[in-house]
Formats: sequence, structure tokens, C-alpha cells
Amino acid sequence: MTSRRKLITTGLAAATGTSGLALAARLAGQHGLLPPPCGGFFAPGEVLTYGAQRLLTRHSLAREFDRSQISQPSYANGRPPQDEAFLRLKAGGFTEWRLMIDGLVARPASYSVADLRAMPSRSQITHLACEEGWSFIAEWTGVPLSHVLELAGAAPQARYVVYRSIQPRWWDSVDMADALHPQTLITYGMNGGELPVGHGGPLRLRVPRQLGYKSVKFITHLTVTDSVKSFGKGMGSFAAERGYSWYNGI
Amino acid sequence: MAARHSGIVRGTHWVTTLCFLALLVTGVEILISHPRFYWGETGNVLMPPLFTLPIPASRGSVPTGYSFVLKDQNSWSRSLHFQSAWLLLFTGLAYTLSGLATRHFRKNMLSTAGPYNPAQRRTYLFVVFALFPLMFWTGLGMSPAFVSAFPAAATLFGGQQSARTVHFFATVLLVAFLLGHIIMVYRAGFVSRTRAMITGRAPAKEDT
Repeated sequence: MTSRRKLITTGLAAATGTSGLALAARLAGQHGLLPPPCGGFFAPGEVLTYGAQRLLTRHSLAREFDRSQISQPSYANGRPPQDEAFLRLKAGGFTEWRLMIDGLVARPASYSVADLRAMPSRSQITHLACEEGWSFIAEWTGVPLSHVLELAGAAPQARYVVYRSIQPRWWDSVDMADALHPQTLITYGMNGGELPVGHGGPLRLRVPRQLGYKSVKFITHLTVTDSVKSFGKGMGSFAAERGYSWYNGI
Repeated sequence: MAARHSGIVRGTHWVTTLCFLALLVTGVEILISHPRFYWGETGNVLMPPLFTLPIPASRGSVPTGYSFVLKDQNSWSRSLHFQSAWLLLFTGLAYTLSGLATRHFRKNMLSTAGPYNPAQRRTYLFVVFALFPLMFWTGLGMSPAFVSAFPAAATLFGGQQSARTVHFFATVLLVAFLLGHIIMVYRAGFVSRTRAMITGRAPAKEDT
């Protein structure tokens, strides 16, 4: 029943499809549209989502809201660290808290919260949505990550910024599109006051174009790198090691 | 007259079936991490919900009235949900474009001379051209990145939580359609109708 013509057509279609996919993957890689190695069954979906959203959101800003839309009270998820080191820092008003920046930078540095507060600040009223489904709106104040990267002199070959929390299991990374995005802030303030411990105080990285788990609390360490392979299991984040996608703009 | 389904209709039907089931199962898994619904931009356990489903949750942060917490399946559920949505998008585009090119919609879904009665025609058109696009729209309305580029995806319904709630109701309608569809296939002859959708051939005597 299967005619020779049908067989040839199918073969040609398959060959075109395969080489088309290979070409698409190469082009995507050249234009920074591929996420860090994700592999496995879900790789096609991850690559499509990341690539499509990087193209669509090249110049987009997360929506900013009116002051009247701020959620009162704002919901703080999870429990802050209970270990002695954190409690001691907290008792001291976090004056001893340090944020280190190293990796592919000309000038590695270590900043106190006061150092960061003295830098140019930005405030924005944005939505924080959790992958569970809940959300709230708050005003976040902080220094743009791009400013700190500029001070440190990030190298041109930088592709990711890895950020780590005082809670060792929480770490993540963003690509340079998000790291240099004007709304990506190292926040120290919320709704006009200091950033509460429940929301990640004294310092939380806010990435408002991605879901909540990308906005890691209690950050202590930034590392600029050209590859995430040498961090943890090489998947770019703690969330990815637990099966969650590294990119979560959706 | 034997109403034969074309190859593209049969192929896209089964890929859609696969995607829909994957989206439904993973959608339920995602939903049970927070089985409360809200209207507007924001919603969380400190706010009054629009309604709450009387089911247990997979996260301890949600008060449900149940003394236990279900196993959390969000990680792979989210990945499979979005991967299935991509496949469904491509399948839906192939189906729609070929349906326009071959005049499938005009001949079989808009014309009174086609194989379906008026209620069936209206239902199929509503599912294809209203419910599925609405699912994509409201799904994307929950994506912070997509909404940053296309705010209307969220604001059309009054906010991201509204989009989530509409996404849920559209799912209920699609499940109702699926049940109605299976009942009608059963009444028309389950084996012959299913075979017709697989092979494209149907025994003439069972066609009405």
C-alpha cells in the first residue's frame, strides 16, 4: 500500500525537519536563546519557552502598579533562617551583613547593607507571583544589580550571575538579559520601610519578570560567570536540581 | 454518505487528545498547590478568596480544613504542562491552517449540508475558536514575562488572578465538552467511530 513516492516524501520531510531543527538550535545558541544545559525529556519545552520569551521580552518592563494597589498586608512565605549565625546578624541590625561579588569581575568587592543604600536606588511597585498560584503587590526599593555589576567591572564574556543565600540550599542564577535589566534589584526596602526578614531582609534579589522562586531571599554572594557548570550539579539553580525549570518567566 | 476524516484531522485529533490529557492532569497537580481562586491582580491566603475548592492541597501553606498535605508534584507538572501547551499550539495551528486551506470549516462546520447538526456545529466552533484560544490567552496571562511584553494578556480579565480563575472555568467547560463528546461517540458506535478517527475508514452501515 505504501507507495514509493510516499516513502520518499516522508524521508525528505524527516530529513528537512531534522536538519531544520539542528540549524534552529545553532542559530538560537548564537543569539543567546538557549537556557543553561537542561537536557532530558522536557528540553524542547524549556528551549521553546526560554527562546520565545527572550525574543518577546527583549525590551519589556514588568508592569508597575499604583501605590493604592499595594497588598495590605503582604504575604510572607516560608520561615526565615533559625540558625545562630543568622540570628546573631539579625540581633545586630544586619550591620555585619556582607554581600560579596566575585568571579569574572575586574574589582571583586564586599558590600554592607549601608554601602548598598548609599548607591543610586530605584523603587518599583511590582507583582510577585509564586508558582503555587498566589501573589501580592509591593513596593520594592534597592540598587539595580546592573549598577553593582558595573562597579565591579563585569567582564564582556559574562553570561550569568549566580546568587547565593545565607541558606546554603537556596541559590540561583540569571542570564545577563535579566542581570542587566533595569528592574532587577538588590532590594533592601519594602513598602517604604526596611525589607522585613519574612520577605528576605536584609537583602533579596528581585527578578520581577520571573516567578517568585527566582527572587532568592537573604543573599550574601554574587558570582559573575560564563558558565553555570561548576555550580552545584551544573544546572544553574537549586530549583533546577529539584526538577523545577531554571527559567521561570512562565 | 460515509463522512471520512482527512489525515490531518485524524492526526491532529489524537495529538490534541494526548496534549489535552497531559495538560489536564498536570493542571490539576498545579492547581492543588493552591486550591483557592481570586479576582483581580492579587490573591493569597491573607485575602478573601472568590471561592475555594473543597479539596486538600499539596502545600502546607494553604488552609484547607484537611489534616494532611498531598504530595507536591509541581516541578514536573509545570514542565509537562508547558511542553504539552507548545505541542498543542503547533497542532492547533496545523489544524486551523489546513482547515482553512481545505475549506474543512466551511464545508463541515459552517454549512447545513455538512455531517453535523446545528448544536454540534456551534459546539465544535466554540471549542476550536473560543475555548482553546481562551486557554492560551489566560495561561499566558499568568506568565510574568509574557505579561511584561503584552499586559493585555492579564488586564483583559482584570488581572493575573482573574486570568487564573478564567483558566480554571475554561478547563471546566473543556472537560464538559470532552464528556459530552465521549457520550456522543459511544452512542454513535464507539468502536466504529474510534476506528474512523484512527484509519479514516468507516463501515457504511453504521453511518447515520
